[in-house]
Amino acid sequence: MSLETLPEPEIDPERSATELIRLEQVTKRFGDHTVLDRLDFSVDAGKHVTLIGPSGSGKTTILRLLMTLAKPDEGTITVAGQRLYPAPEKQVREVRKKIGMVFQQFNLFPNMSVLRNITEAPVTVLGLDRDEAEARARELLDLVGLADKCDARPTRLSGGQQQRVAIARALAMRPQVLLLDEVTSALDPELVAGVLDLLRDIARSTDITMLCVTHEMNFARDISDQVLMFDSGRVIESGTPEKIFSDPEKDRTREFLGAVL
Amino acid sequence: MNWDWSAVADFMPHFWDGLLVTLRVLVIGSLISFVLGLVWALLVRVPSRWVTWPVGAVTEFVRNTPLLVQLFFLFYVLPEWGLTLSALTTGVIGIGLHYSTYTMQVYRAGIEAVPAGQWEAATALNLPLRRTWTAVILPQAIRRVVPALGNYVISMLKDTPMLMAITVLEMLGEARLFSQESFRFTEPLTVIGVAFIALSYLASLLLRALERRLVP
Repeated sequence: MSLETLPEPEIDPERSATELIRLEQVTKRFGDHTVLDRLDFSVDAGKHVTLIGPSGSGKTTILRLLMTLAKPDEGTITVAGQRLYPAPEKQVREVRKKIGMVFQQFNLFPNMSVLRNITEAPVTVLGLDRDEAEARARELLDLVGLADKCDARPTRLSGGQQQRVAIARALAMRPQVLLLDEVTSALDPELVAGVLDLLRDIARSTDITMLCVTHEMNFARDISDQVLMFDSGRVIESGTPEKIFSDPEKDRTREFLGAVL
Repeated sequence: MNWDWSAVADFMPHFWDGLLVTLRVLVIGSLISFVLGLVWALLVRVPSRWVTWPVGAVTEFVRNTPLLVQLFFLFYVLPEWGLTLSALTTGVIGIGLHYSTYTMQVYRAGIEAVPAGQWEAATALNLPLRRTWTAVILPQAIRRVVPALGNYVISMLKDTPMLMAITVLEMLGEARLFSQESFRFTEPLTVIGVAFIALSYLASLLLRALERRLVP
């Protein structure tokens, strides 16, 4: 099916008021391995959704598809009523503005100061003037507790500090959706709490929709409205954190939680 | 063998002329190789075979034929096609072009060494492709390749005497001319030998200073 003939997403007025992200029949393969198998799921605006499940079950792949770091083999992805995949490049750029991502490995730009890391995209993509972008960046650094690190190089910071800068950098683009990909997995144990506390604050005090892949089950329980249990490329169970963590229906979920908790 | 200081003194005015020519070849040749090498490295990444194939073929050809043959070709064949350049210009272009096919590989390795996460972060921030290259990828790639580029400058310095073959009077050309007229070989050759060592050493000092500044 070509891009032109593909129908625009049907907007169900009942649902469109709240639904922000929608994946339909999304399949992703790497070689012979099917990572996501005709996956359907949607996320409502403002919700915090946590994806859990064994590694290789496709959780991170969903975030990467939403961030357009990878393309699905089949299916459609819609964000805020606009098609993200399949879509022409220009539309992808437009829709992608709504989405921000924080990575496991931080991925700060080592050739820029902490402040420039945060102002680069607001200035070049959103067209903010430099003073305005810097003022906002300083506010954000203050929020993440690193106001004194403006001029530092990212490589001089600890992992926890780098990740907090990365969170500030993502927030500077004022995304509607924040994707968090195992953001504490690369951190030393004593630095994890600081980053998670910050994310709890953000979850509480903003209306940003969050999609979170994590192995921190306490954190997932604290911030999530909904938890999705993945196995072999499919959602095998979903529900409130209370339900999933205390009274899961599926044996596979029970088994997985038994192993990680 | 006897050493005659007065022969050294007689040679020096010619030496300075030769040194100036060598330095001009080296500086302009380096700049050409730095810029052109980067252009090649970027062109082979264009996602179209119509671009990558010709660029790959040309650079492979230039890299795998001797510099001397290329210099002769530029100097003696191009005029037959109506393009006549001075010997010095021909030499500078020839050596710059030849070395650009090496610096190309250096840049390519440097670009590939930038972690995939940097590209992903740039995509996540919605940076345009051009800005991703100029603000994120190239600054990191070039920082990594400065030592390797510097080694090619020193290599190029040692290849400048080849330009003598197309009548450019760089240091060796001046020494040879002086020898033919004065029948003194030891002094002029020794002087330019020392000059080559001094230049290499200076270049490596400069390079190390640059590296120290660039490494964050």
